[in-house]
Amino acid sequence: MKLDSMYQEVILDHYKHPHGRGLRDGDAEVHHVNPTCGDEITLRVKYDGETIADVSYEGQGCSISQASASVLNELLVGKELAEAQKIQAAFLELMQSKGQLEPDDAMEEVLEDAVAFAGVSKYPARVKCALLSWMAWKDATAKALSEGKTA
Amino acid sequence: MTDARQGLTGLLDTEAIRKDFPILDRTVHDGKKILYLDSAATSQKPRQVLDALNTYYERHNANVHRGVYTIAEEATALYEGARDKVAAFINAPSRNEVIFTKNASESLNLVANMLGWADEPYRVDRDTEIVTTEMEHHSNIVPWQLLSQRTGAKLKWFGITDDGRLDLSNIDEIITEKTKIVSFTLVSNILGTVNPVEQIIRRAQQVGALVCIDASQAAPHMVLDVQALQADFVAFTGHKMVGPTGIGVLWGRQELLEDLPPFLGGGEMIETVSMHSSTYAPAPHKFEAGTPPIAQAVGLGAAVDYLTSIGMENIHQHEKAITQYAVKRLLEVPDLRIIGPATAEDRGATISFTLGDIHPHDVGQVLDEMGICVRVGHHCARPVCLRYGIPATTRASFYLYSTPAEVDALVDGLEHVRNFFG
Repeated sequence: MKLDSMYQEVILDHYKHPHGRGLRDGDAEVHHVNPTCGDEITLRVKYDGETIADVSYEGQGCSISQASASVLNELLVGKELAEAQKIQAAFLELMQSKGQLEPDDAMEEVLEDAVAFAGVSKYPARVKCALLSWMAWKDATAKALSEGKTA
Repeated sequence: MTDARQGLTGLLDTEAIRKDFPILDRTVHDGKKILYLDSAATSQKPRQVLDALNTYYERHNANVHRGVYTIAEEATALYEGARDKVAAFINAPSRNEVIFTKNASESLNLVANMLGWADEPYRVDRDTEIVTTEMEHHSNIVPWQLLSQRTGAKLKWFGITDDGRLDLSNIDEIITEKTKIVSFTLVSNILGTVNPVEQIIRRAQQVGALVCIDASQAAPHMVLDVQALQADFVAFTGHKMVGPTGIGVLWGRQELLEDLPPFLGGGEMIETVSMHSSTYAPAPHKFEAGTPPIAQAVGLGAAVDYLTSIGMENIHQHEKAITQYAVKRLLEVPDLRIIGPATAEDRGATISFTLGDIHPHDVGQVLDEMGICVRVGHHCARPVCLRYGIPATTRASFYLYSTPAEVDALVDGLEHVRNFFG
């Protein structure tokens, strides 16, 4: 069934058992909404120099947006900022591929669990759900940087 | 057939009706026939309307109210003929009270802007109040917020009860001597609630306030008689009543349309123009600046003919039976909570619900895989979702072509959704 390409086991797993959920101390906080469906996320980033010490979040939304936030937390926490930005860019490229991009080994190495979202990119209405937390992270990071919270 | 389906009375001959709607034969996802349960968002179009659009463009296309040549006269006659049809459909005392707009949102914005620029006694300013309700579509909230912000008028609203009705317990405090305009929906696009028009209008009339009714979810589904309603303005849109997109209607009482100032300026709406000033055409043209949606108006005329041939009361009875059946069947689904009246009384054929903790987006996606088209989200009525503490709902809405079998398929689909995420 085509539906399984969207709702990969790994996505449903993250949805049912999210990583790092809940708001903790951070350098910057943002609140993003997806106006078409009402998905919302509040996200905080905490930097330790150039290293992402924590990404904490709270929100409500569909399995795709919730799982995506969980994957983001798992992938980015502990990474250097430059590395995280590379991952974010790769994820954005994948999500904007309209299902045309077949993730190769190199991409899989960068994105790990996040490659499971490749199927979501075929559903234009759901791409925004998958990107919600990633856009929030980017925004929060820019905010933290402009406030001089990172080294 | 389930037991509950027996004894349903008032159903239309949907087998015949569905033959008029080519899209209902459409298949998706490897041959699954679509089950279209999103008519509250937009209705499907019968061949009669599609043919009218085609014939207009193939045979009569010209700009209206300008040329003296044959097809220009024909285009004008078709466009103005559509106005006659709409006037008769809503029992308007005069065809000149029917203004064509592009949709209900534009109609409501037009009323707000007429009042914002009006002189006394209609003028909305810092000493006056505007009243709406928490149940409105965004299109009947935001124009009033804008008017309130621009004029300093105070925006007030009626709340909603737990069972999805307007809370009118404080009506005398909400609608006061300061109220200039009360604007509310006849049928909620998210809750399905049919609102008690009379009670609100009576109070508005007591204090001399104007009344504007958003009939977007009413005009397609029941007899709409603007004289019986006794409102001052009634707004609705064509595409929800088997007409094309791009055409809406604002009905207004003639003396108001004469007194109130135009909003959009341009061609069509003038009498004479000099570089210093202009005079305006009488209503409805005063409010129809620029080349209007001609083909769309003609299409709406065909839509009105189609609905009239079936009979609005018959459509209403059909939907009542479907709603009764749908409410009953949906309540059998474990963890399903109807957001709005959980009865078929005083409600339209639009039913919103939540399904346990499963997000409506996920519900909609799995249903789509089965060919079932429902709306998910906040339905442009976010205050309602906030009121009930939910992020969104799944909404199934029915129309003259909907069948009890589609209700059954939806219920089966929801079982599948529960298993998928269970």
